[in-house]
Amino acid sequence: MLRRPATSTQITHLQRLWLYILCGLVLFYLVVPTLLVIPMSFSGSRFLSFPPETWSLRWYRAYFDSVEWRAATSVSLQAAAWTTVVATVTGTLAAYGLHCSRLKITKHLSVLLVLPMIIPVILLAVGVFMLFAPLQLNSSLTGLVLSHSALAIPLVLITVTAGMRNFDLNQEQVARSLGASRPRAFVTVTLPQIRNSVLSAALLSFVVSLDEVVIALLIAGGDMATLPRRMFLALRDEIDPTIASISTILILLSILLLGLSQLLDRKRSK
Amino acid sequence: MSSAESGVRQNETALARQAFTEQLKLLSLSFPALLLVGFIVLIPMGWLFWLSFLDADGFTLAHYERLLHPSYGLTLRTTFELAFLVTAVCVVLGYPLAYIAAQMSPRAARIVLLCVLFPFWTSLLVRTYAWLVLLQRRGQLNTWLQDWGLTDAPLRLVHNFTGTAIGMVHIMLPFMILPLYAAMKSIDENYMRAAANLGASPVQAFWQIHVPLSLPGLGAGVMVVFVLSLGFYVTPALLGGGRVMMWAMQIERSLAVYSDWGAASALGVVLLVITLAMLWLFSRLTGAVNAAAGGR
Repeated sequence: MLRRPATSTQITHLQRLWLYILCGLVLFYLVVPTLLVIPMSFSGSRFLSFPPETWSLRWYRAYFDSVEWRAATSVSLQAAAWTTVVATVTGTLAAYGLHCSRLKITKHLSVLLVLPMIIPVILLAVGVFMLFAPLQLNSSLTGLVLSHSALAIPLVLITVTAGMRNFDLNQEQVARSLGASRPRAFVTVTLPQIRNSVLSAALLSFVVSLDEVVIALLIAGGDMATLPRRMFLALRDEIDPTIASISTILILLSILLLGLSQLLDRKRSK
Repeated sequence: MSSAESGVRQNETALARQAFTEQLKLLSLSFPALLLVGFIVLIPMGWLFWLSFLDADGFTLAHYERLLHPSYGLTLRTTFELAFLVTAVCVVLGYPLAYIAAQMSPRAARIVLLCVLFPFWTSLLVRTYAWLVLLQRRGQLNTWLQDWGLTDAPLRLVHNFTGTAIGMVHIMLPFMILPLYAAMKSIDENYMRAAANLGASPVQAFWQIHVPLSLPGLGAGVMVVFVLSLGFYVTPALLGGGRVMMWAMQIERSLAVYSDWGAASALGVVLLVITLAMLWLFSRLTGAVNAAAGGR
């Protein structure tokens, strides 16, 4: 097996064994350190080690008993849910409009919409903080949702535009020639066919908002502190083991969302 | 006759006008998103630019003059050093993985890609926290190193440059692997076969055929990783322990500690200009690479 050629240039598997080992190590580095947090979160002592010397649910209780952590979780979930709605709707409309319109300006507008992905987040955070101060949007859910939506729109635009490319717009023309209005044709013919891209985009926006630290750090004070903001501050000051239990929950959530996105991807490619 | 002609012309202009309004209507679908991005991104960026030239007496360059102070120079150097190091390590680790994954069976490649996507979907803070726990003085890695007799005393792995680099490479690696994989997947296997047929050794074929053809992916990966690293805040702030001062942290600090809007906006404008300049440079370079690859 090992002596068989691996590539068309006749390198054998044995000759590039080092390459496989290197790749194995890289994959290990990518996945395992994060997963080690899961068993450590069940540790009974303040000092987390692997494997834990004693097992307990102490840090989960610490999380669920804490009013602050629960409030932060609730703010984060609300912000993420609203961001998903706002970014997916506006982003999908923009992707559809810019894809179908044949005016030359569409190219420039697409670049404008991708800007939030290019500009360093710290700059967006400083800018938003400055903008929201006179509008009293700092420490408000609206402010959080607006700024997180701006971050998510580029991803929605890219994902949905990719989906639109696989869709034959003539189908919509057929529906319209049969008497459907454009909105109706979009909802009944186009949307069902780009559904998986739109859902992927929605998942991405949810994750972007749930994961966002830097903007929240500047604008989400007081009651509006998000989960990432609290985690960041707790990590900077001292390593609170409660974060291990929160991290475990977040890791399981991200595995779930990743699985969902893979499922959508597979359906889309079929 | 002429009235019929003018009728046709009238019809045509009416149709053209209708088509144009139709296009405008389509375009207007993008207005909510544009409005939001304009409000959240463009206006504040313009304002930041404006503020950086302003003090109590009006126009000034004082904020930029202050940036000439050596401490800012040091920050800029750290930022670039870290970005270079992280990008280089990502290339060294990411290229082989993408190379192997692109040659695997679809099912095996799927598993590898899942491993690459997993950190991508996991919270940045969670991953940074994991490194903090693993790398600290009494952390798991030091325990293992000492148990295996590799070191006598615990190593300083975190709250310094090393820890920051380890954590940042972990965050950035997927951004390198995914474009590389996409580029390598589109390389026609026949080129390598032809090279072997024409007498190239495997090493020659790899360097002269595979590497040049994968350059667009490499360029995209390098660009994304480098630019993201330049403006990175969270991981250096947590894993650097105050010893690694990045440009982004300098911005946050001048606001949070000194409430100095002039300095913060000047620092911000510099970061923005550097970022855009890098993007421009990379797109020029990869454009040149694409042209060269196309000319082969």
